[in-house]
Amino acid sequence: MGMAGESQFHVLAVDDSIIDRKWIEKLLKTSSFQVTVVDSVSKALEFLGLQKAEQRNHHQETKVNLIITDYSMPGMTGYDLLKKIKESTSLKGIPVVIMSSENIPSRINRCLEEGAEDFFLKPVQLSDVNKLRPHLLGWRTLVEI
Amino acid sequence: MDGVVQLQRQLLDYTTLLFQEGFLNDQFTQLQQLQDETNPDFVVEVVSLFFEDSERLLNELANTLDQQSIDFRKVDSHVHQLKGSSSSIGAQRVQNVCIAFRNFCDAQNTEGCLKCLQQVKNEYALVKNKLETLFQLEQQILAAGGSIPM
Repeated sequence: MGMAGESQFHVLAVDDSIIDRKWIEKLLKTSSFQVTVVDSVSKALEFLGLQKAEQRNHHQETKVNLIITDYSMPGMTGYDLLKKIKESTSLKGIPVVIMSSENIPSRINRCLEEGAEDFFLKPVQLSDVNKLRPHLLGWRTLVEI
Repeated sequence: MDGVVQLQRQLLDYTTLLFQEGFLNDQFTQLQQLQDETNPDFVVEVVSLFFEDSERLLNELANTLDQQSIDFRKVDSHVHQLKGSSSSIGAQRVQNVCIAFRNFCDAQNTEGCLKCLQQVKNEYALVKNKLETLFQLEQQILAAGGSIPM
């Protein structure tokens, strides 16, 4: 549903819950984002790593403009993903939003201090997703990878 | 067509009742509002995923609580997942039992956990039945050539 000449923002969503993956995908598509959904942090890192290789081959289409991730996941958590992104010279420019079903102030602060762009309480609403665009427009849209 | 109008009224009354009785909350309305012509089965798809996922979790819970030495962290992890998914589709009563369930996990209270397991199984069965009835009503309306009232 993009306008002619305007490319869509590409959001990578990470959640281990199949129901929540379906929900966030729907919200993001309704808000006219291009969406990739994965079920784990390792798959997310794989996707971002592959993206690097493709970029070297001049494929711009898979560029990720924002990552939205669940906090509590088995294996690596959303917080672990956030740290990995912010520690990476090539990926740290990508804004990361954390989602959680638990309203724990210390958790929220920890994420924001680590560089998370925002924190959404689940279930995520369309109004939350609509807040993403300003976050994206505030950043350089050309991320050197 | 009188038949369609009657069915539509039945559907609205039934839905209102489900909300009044606390089976569903506003999150379910959010799901319905995102359904459109490009994805006319969205709500049924999400709810079907919920049914499958819940049944898996309920089985895991029964197994975990059946052990000689109960791993309460595992129990809590399953309940946390069920709480999350029921919250995501607006299954309020299931969600509420999960909250109480997690408190019993924290306290490592076996009896409390077993009671909650029974309760959450009951609430799940109820909401499943109600949602299936709701979807059947919707199908009847569509089959009669009508549209789903919002």
